[in-house]
Amino acid sequence: MALSREQLAQRVAKELKNGYYVNLGIGIPTLVANYIPEGMQVMLQSENGLLGMGEFPTEDTIDPDLINAGKQTVTAVKGASFFSSAESFAMIRGGHVDLTVLGAFEVDVEGSIASWMIPGKLVKGMGGAMDLVAGADNIIVTMMHADKHGNSKLLSKCELPLTGYGCIKRVLTDLAFIEIKDGAFHLLERAPGVSVEEIVAKTAGKLIVPEHVPEMIL
Amino acid sequence: MAGLNKVVGSYDEALAGLTNDMTVMVGGFGLCGIPEGLINQMVKLGVSGLTAISNNAGVDDFGLGLLLRHKQISTMIASYVGENATFERQMLSGELNVILTPQGTLAEKIRAGGAGIPAFFTATGYGTPVADGKETREINGRHYVLEEALTADFALIRAWKADTMGNLVFRKTAANFNPMMATAGKITVVEVEEIVEPGELDPDHIHTPGIYVDRVIKGVFEKRIEQRTVKQA
Repeated sequence: MALSREQLAQRVAKELKNGYYVNLGIGIPTLVANYIPEGMQVMLQSENGLLGMGEFPTEDTIDPDLINAGKQTVTAVKGASFFSSAESFAMIRGGHVDLTVLGAFEVDVEGSIASWMIPGKLVKGMGGAMDLVAGADNIIVTMMHADKHGNSKLLSKCELPLTGYGCIKRVLTDLAFIEIKDGAFHLLERAPGVSVEEIVAKTAGKLIVPEHVPEMIL
Repeated sequence: MAGLNKVVGSYDEALAGLTNDMTVMVGGFGLCGIPEGLINQMVKLGVSGLTAISNNAGVDDFGLGLLLRHKQISTMIASYVGENATFERQMLSGELNVILTPQGTLAEKIRAGGAGIPAFFTATGYGTPVADGKETREINGRHYVLEEALTADFALIRAWKADTMGNLVFRKTAANFNPMMATAGKITVVEVEEIVEPGELDPDHIHTPGIYVDRVIKGVFEKRIEQRTVKQA
């Protein structure tokens, strides 16, 4: 079975380490916050100027001056700090964030990512995505392996305008966990119940399949 | 303006000298931390042909969206404009020139502008449409794009508290682009929730020193929330 949105978040959460500073993108990455293991200290960075993002507020603690990068009202945890957008992106560009999780439309075997623009459709802008992919060393892209017609989103070369060139090393899809190196996708894990054959069939870019591909542990 | 007392008593005074075709920076992230009254005053003045520099474009009926609705902006420099349908329509029809800029690059272009740095190299956007036509350079094995600084005729920002000398304190995530924009305007106008006497703000806790600030006005804010999200009880 392909992973659900929650299961994608659960698998990403396995990559968290105690003491990490983490930036979670909008969508599936945001759900990762729900799966931080008990007792683990992780500080969430929100690029609009908050380190130490907490859960949503209650009706009586809601504060219009306290939002996340998705413009949602949030809270700040104990030990949080606020700062300007320039400071925020100094953290991001300067490589101080330990793990960045974000979505994508396409990735390719060179580690390039397209996630912000579909020509001919409405254009909304890249927000902080280009800075995040250029600044972080440790990035996990969460995405669907193929579109609803079965067309692969893991390509030899991205077709959409890029968000970043050659900057992605790890991709978690609903079917597989994949590493990108030496100009190829390398299959690390498959989703429970998903066959290697299905992953091969839905991966357009060069895919290296080892002899044994373990099932993901969620 | 009397000496170092930056306080003005009306919005007319606050935006005196703002005319057609000027470049205006407007603070805020979404609707959080925007100078609501100063934006409304620009609508009232009817100035047009503006180049607006702001992370977002407001929503259709609030914030910068009001200026778009009245077609007062001809060029918009922003990182994300997804919440404004008027914006998208004007952009697609060619009425509005849009320069989409990565958020961190936008913040740094403004910071650099205020700090007298004319340009800087960043890895952000290398190999993407953002780098088209720009100088690139390889430094220590990595590729970078040359991005030029931004300044403005007016910077319109919002702070939480100011003293009469223009020292500023921001509140929570309403700071966002406001501190950098304060430094990058030829004339910086700050709309605040509270004005206090000099000495009432702890000098150790001032975010923006008054040297960057030209005019201070006390505003009344609606503080509209864009995405009201609450925890399920």
